[in-house]
Amino acid sequence: MTAVVSSRRRSALRPSRDGRPGARRVSWVPTLILLAGAVYCLVPVLWILIAATKSNGELFSTPPLVPSFDGAFGSNMVGILTYDHGIWVRWALNTVIYAVGGGILSTFIAAAAGYALGKYRFRGSRFVFRSIVAAVLLPPVLLAVPQYLLLAPVGLTDTYWSVLLPQLVNPFAIYLCKIYAEASVADEIMEAARLDGASEWRIFHSIGLRLMSPALITVFLIQFIGVWNNFLLPFVMLTDRELYPLTLGMYGMIMPTGGQPNQFSLVIGGVFLSIVPLAAIFLSLQRFWKVDLLSGGVKL
Amino acid sequence: MATVPAAAPARPAPARRRRRGPILPVVLVAPAVALLLLFTFAPAVYAFVLSLLRVHVSGGLLGTSTETVFAGVANYASTLADPEFWASLGRMLLVASVGVPSVLILATLFALCLDANRARLTGFSRLAIFLPYAVPGVIASLLWGFLYLPATSPIGGQFIDYFGNTTIFFAVANVAIWGVLGFNMVVLYTALQSIPRELFDAAQIDGASELQIAVRIKLPMIAPAMTLVALFSVIGALQLFNEPTTLKPLTNAISSTWVPLMRVYSDAFVNNDIYGGAASAFTLLVMTVVATVLVNVVGNRLSRRSAR
Repeated sequence: MTAVVSSRRRSALRPSRDGRPGARRVSWVPTLILLAGAVYCLVPVLWILIAATKSNGELFSTPPLVPSFDGAFGSNMVGILTYDHGIWVRWALNTVIYAVGGGILSTFIAAAAGYALGKYRFRGSRFVFRSIVAAVLLPPVLLAVPQYLLLAPVGLTDTYWSVLLPQLVNPFAIYLCKIYAEASVADEIMEAARLDGASEWRIFHSIGLRLMSPALITVFLIQFIGVWNNFLLPFVMLTDRELYPLTLGMYGMIMPTGGQPNQFSLVIGGVFLSIVPLAAIFLSLQRFWKVDLLSGGVKL
Repeated sequence: MATVPAAAPARPAPARRRRRGPILPVVLVAPAVALLLLFTFAPAVYAFVLSLLRVHVSGGLLGTSTETVFAGVANYASTLADPEFWASLGRMLLVASVGVPSVLILATLFALCLDANRARLTGFSRLAIFLPYAVPGVIASLLWGFLYLPATSPIGGQFIDYFGNTTIFFAVANVAIWGVLGFNMVVLYTALQSIPRELFDAAQIDGASELQIAVRIKLPMIAPAMTLVALFSVIGALQLFNEPTTLKPLTNAISSTWVPLMRVYSDAFVNNDIYGGAASAFTLLVMTVVATVLVNVVGNRLSRRSAR
């Protein structure tokens, strides 16, 4: 969407406006401000790339922004991947289960609910929608401790479910899906499908979901980031290290060192490995982001 | 047709079924409603119930016994009377007073620069500024922790104490700002893109400079989106937990009750006082709801005024 708008501007509007002399000048002030912002955002990532090439000793003895080529990078990577019998890999897989698995499931739950609320009127639909809007006000992070207290008597804590279940429903995602379903799934198409004899379920999964798919990618990414970022929930729910997501595991790795520099290169290797693949995936999915969904759709 | 066997025998039925309404929407909405009840509303209600209880220890000749009794507002009274609660709230507000305006101002500035005519390298800068959003708070805090630590700092940690009494607030706020700046910038940039371009052309013909267009036209028109950014930031600040918790092992400047949510955690899990923890959690929940409504009301009023 964004790309479409900006390319239209560039092709259709720029030439007519920029036809005047001097129009090709580069505006340095905004360019430099943006570059300063880019440097601020990239320097920490750059530093971790450089630090990942250093052994523990080099970390403290060599200049911070000069990489080392003594092969410490390989041993750092091996070190983190084999740390404690490969538990880091286990944590990475758990993160995939929580963030990707949970993200996909919750996107479908939100899509189904949003479609039902946006395209149908049924008894209680208004009340359900109002409750969902009200639930947007209750941030999930604040509910983590109460969720633990509720799940503890049932014996569900310290399981995969204890981290997955509470994050499966996101009121904001349902809200976005409802708005998008209203805007993108036309009544005429649904009526035409009905006349052709399609069942309501068929209309939902082969027309509704397909028309909503651009929004669903955004909803999935929001969910993914939400789960990946939610540290408090696994922090309170899990005691078994085998079930930890990466964030919790890495936190545990820095914990016993307590400022003691013995594990630093190991932790740095872990940070490196958690950032790089994710950043790559994220930047490649970047064009699927429909942020206008957020800025246009949110009127609480 | 083969995939929908149910529809075939009930051919004449649809009209009748339509009047009652199809069953599908109820089925579709059911999982969300069930999960919402179980994991959002029930915990909130349960926290409220727990916050009204306390453990009563009665001693006797045959040993002590404990029972849970109704405490009324005693837990709230002790939470609100605890100076450490207010201190943690104060620290959170200090971080917020650094972070929220910074995010709002920087995100707006970057969005306006992206939207400016003839700015270069905008694609690169946009990606670079958005990148930290993919880094979760815990990892970002570890990363910045290394940048702050004197032993490894490339940004002058040897000369500046990033974990000092005052600097710690900036240090924590900085990690949070770094993480959310790009996302908010993209929200604002998208809002800017939706303004009709004819407005700028008209202003330019009238002799307005790029800066004047940005301040007089663009800013007022993205005011609602700015309210949204402020809202995201304020809600984020109230939930501040990941950054201080992760930085805590690196410094003594952060206590175990540094911000309210850390206190909720330590009440419930370190001090084993789930009733007190529930009371602090519920207090925080009410504060978040109030803050959300407040930011919304103020923001809407401001953007309505600037639209005039």
